[in-house]
Amino acid sequence: MERIPILQMGRCLLVTIQVDLQDQTALRLQDDLASRIEKTGARGVLIDISALEIVDSFIGRMLAGISGVARVLDATTVVVGMQPAVAITLVELGLSLEGVRTALNVERGMQMLQTVDKEAGP
Amino acid sequence: MKQDNAAIEEILTTNEEDVLREWLAELTSSGSRRSDSAVASLSDGRELLHTLRAGIRAGADAGQFESAEAWAPARAVLDTLSGTRAAKGASAGETSHFVLSLKRPIFKRVQERAGTRPDELMNAIWLVSTVVDRMAQYTVSIFQKTREDVIGRQQQELLELSTPVVKLWDGVLAVPMIGTLDSGRTQLVMEALLQRIVDTGSELAIIDITGVPTVDTLVAQHLLKTVTAIRLMGADCIISGVRPQIAQTIVHLGIDLAGITTKASLADALALALRKAGYTVTRTKS
Repeated sequence: MERIPILQMGRCLLVTIQVDLQDQTALRLQDDLASRIEKTGARGVLIDISALEIVDSFIGRMLAGISGVARVLDATTVVVGMQPAVAITLVELGLSLEGVRTALNVERGMQMLQTVDKEAGP
Repeated sequence: MKQDNAAIEEILTTNEEDVLREWLAELTSSGSRRSDSAVASLSDGRELLHTLRAGIRAGADAGQFESAEAWAPARAVLDTLSGTRAAKGASAGETSHFVLSLKRPIFKRVQERAGTRPDELMNAIWLVSTVVDRMAQYTVSIFQKTREDVIGRQQQELLELSTPVVKLWDGVLAVPMIGTLDSGRTQLVMEALLQRIVDTGSELAIIDITGVPTVDTLVAQHLLKTVTAIRLMGADCIISGVRPQIAQTIVHLGIDLAGITTKASLADALALALRKAGYTVTRTKS
């Protein structure tokens, strides 16, 4: 089974989704990410979905789920690089991902995480 | 049936010029044709008669004029005829009248030939009548189709014209919405705007609804969808150009625009956008 790699950059975790997500892969990513946040004490999670072309309601819910889990573990999640078609699909599915932060690209997402981290203090 | 076909074919072959002349005379006497188009009618008429004869010779069924292979040349002639006349501004009635006038000269010839044999006369007239009626119907439907194509193309152009995405400032896009918002237009605007956000990396989009005449629950829902999609992409959205009446309508309808920044005018929205981006505007002249 495929596994989405999770990279660590300082106090942030970086996840780049390069393939179309299968349900199992997505569930495994959620598990992996939760344990990595716990292990590394990361304060921010950046999920890059710019290569993701197809989403369904499950993936949409999973994104919201990851964000929720990370928040409980005191980490901020930013979803970056969503394609227009994906955004329209999610809206049509009625998933507005309330509470999930979004940014246009990885650079701005990183900036956002650093600002949030600074505000929150050491 | 075969016999009737042969009879009609013979009439059309031997009396072609007579039929044609009487046909045009019929058109002129009914007063619907001007003299300048008579020349065009003559060549049109001859061509149509030829294809009609070919169709009858092939023994094609008049009932299947729209689909039968043997009628294809006749259909092609009618296609161009109807198309050019529509372009010249003739009405559908005039074009079908042109075809229907063919009945009388042919009926006359049929009567001369088979006037004493009622059965044969009846069959031949029925055959000619069916074919000519079908041809007239066909011209009308082609005429209508040509017009509908024009309308469809105009609608498409109207859609494209009414949804420009303009760049107001570095990182600020604006869409001036004009006309009633329906789901088709919202979809188009949303796609165009989201694509431009990706292309330009803009962080803020302003949707100006000054040109939207009414805002009801459906329109509001479309706006909400667009705003949500923009937020999902990682950009912000301001709705501007909310007129006082529209603000009242929104409140009376109980539409929840919480979480969406709204401004009265595009200028206010731009000012907010500049402030958010850290710009200040100062006046150098006093």
